[in-house]
Amino acid sequence: MTSLFEEVAPSEDDNIPVRRVEVRLNGERRAAKVEPRLLLAHLIRQGFQLTGTHTGCDTTNCGACTVLFDGEPVKSCTMLAVQAHGHEVTTVEGLATASELHPIQEGFKDEHGLQCGFCTPGMMLAAKALLDHNPNPTEDDVRWALSGNLCRCTGYQNIVKAVLWAAEKLRDADPGAAEGGDE
Amino acid sequence: MIPAPFDYVRAESTEEAIALVGQHGDESKFIAGGHSLLPLMKLRLAQPSVLIDIGRVTDLSYVRDAGDHVAIGALTRHMDVETSEVLREHAPLLAHATSHVGDPQVRHRGTIGGSIAHADPASDLPAVALALGATYVAQGPNGTREIAAADFATSYLESALADDELLTEIRVPKMNGAGWGFEKFNRRAQDWAIVGVAAWRRNGDAGVALVNMGSTPVLATGVVSALADGASVADAAQLAADGTDPQPDLNASIEYRQHLARALTKRALDIASS
Ligand SMILES: Cc1cc2nc3c(=O)[nH]c(=O)nc-3n(C[C@H](O)[C@H](O)[C@H](O)COP(=O)(O)OP(=O)(O)OC[C@H]3O[C@@H](n4cnc5c(N)ncnc54)[C@H](O)[C@@H]3O)c2cc1C
Ligand code: FES
Ligand code: FES
Repeated sequence: MTSLFEEVAPSEDDNIPVRRVEVRLNGERRAAKVEPRLLLAHLIRQGFQLTGTHTGCDTTNCGACTVLFDGEPVKSCTMLAVQAHGHEVTTVEGLATASELHPIQEGFKDEHGLQCGFCTPGMMLAAKALLDHNPNPTEDDVRWALSGNLCRCTGYQNIVKAVLWAAEKLRDADPGAAEGGDE
Repeated sequence: MIPAPFDYVRAESTEEAIALVGQHGDESKFIAGGHSLLPLMKLRLAQPSVLIDIGRVTDLSYVRDAGDHVAIGALTRHMDVETSEVLREHAPLLAHATSHVGDPQVRHRGTIGGSIAHADPASDLPAVALALGATYVAQGPNGTREIAAADFATSYLESALADDELLTEIRVPKMNGAGWGFEKFNRRAQDWAIVGVAAWRRNGDAGVALVNMGSTPVLATGVVSALADGASVADAAQLAADGTDPQPDLNASIEYRQHLARALTKRALDIASS
């Protein structure tokens, strides 16, 4: 895989050659030279060494590789790194700060929303996209939003509880947002 | 799984996309959302030598009220079709069916144009567009032309689009209050349809099309003419599988698919008639 990838310094040059990829990854500008066939999941994992994004099925089914692309959930095993050029990508590493867990992460911890943890990063990012749009989701809304993410351990119940827990916590922290949302 | 090597170019406009395909020839392929093409390339069932990325041609991403029809840009993502107020009002069958395509992640990447151009008989949207009598607009080096949905799919994954033509717009006639039903039968939520049926009814008129009942999406013409002749929904739906040629697979035999076509047509028409 390393032969498909070489990290290079970000550039101010507008006239970026096509195989150069520059993304805002968890808020930070990162650039690389890649072969066009490199998948976004591999750029993130092998290239930028952020291994929180998992690849489970590699066939667009399981959602373990879910990242936020301009704020919306996508499966990074089914995107080329070059398609992400100029866009924002958020991975699970972008959720917590150095000192604090994101409420969604707290929810998964408090409500036992994970067992092996393999599906968890993808679940949390799909949940984040939901809560960004809809701070007041019903249980059905949560299940629908997570329907592209498979879990082989938990039976889903506690994942749904974890997301509802996080929704409440986020509403308590920012009551104004509860009316906000863009649903 | 990693695709075979290919070259990659980006088009910023419709014209540039067409110029690029002219330059790179028939070994090149457009990539829109990539949610049909990339899975095939990862399995190396498709090995284009050049990918022309049309994902940034944002002027082809729109939903517009155009009088008697709704005009949808080919690059409009499923998520934007499903949530479009114009479509919810004037073509609710399409908005609803689109909300059942794959899962949320798929709907954030996949485009309506990619779905139509790919001409997969297992896809939901080609059948919906066929039932509604949609028209497609294609643009090539010699200008634009219209293709009726009924003339579009020619065989499995093959369409009337020329290699150097870009699908630019999908025109969906307004449903004008028609009743409608969309029945998608699958084993797990968010899966592809084993069989699907899109149907609408308004006064004496009706349209019914089937997903995954042959090498192309299929118009259930027998059902529609029986309804026009005054047959009951139950009797008309019995004709849904006539003349179809579905393939057997792990999910369903030919007989089971034909049974599903009849049962789902009845359900969809019952809902459309209520
Ligand atoms: C896990 C998964 C589940 C899915 N489930 C469903 C489902 O339940 N129902 C369903 O209907 N679909 C489903 N799909 C398919 C999905 O809807 C795709 O998004 C869609 O079929 C293709 O759109 P795209 O933009 O991704 O096209 P791409 O993959 O980019 O392109 C597909 C083909 O069309 C050509 N093309 C694309 N755009 C144009 C254009 N404007 N002009 C000319 N040619 C063009 C490309 O060259 C390519 O050959 C699923 C996909 C996945 C990965
Ligand atoms: S690894 Fe991408 S969906 Fe499973
Ligand atoms: S916790 Fe193991 S797959 Fe979900």
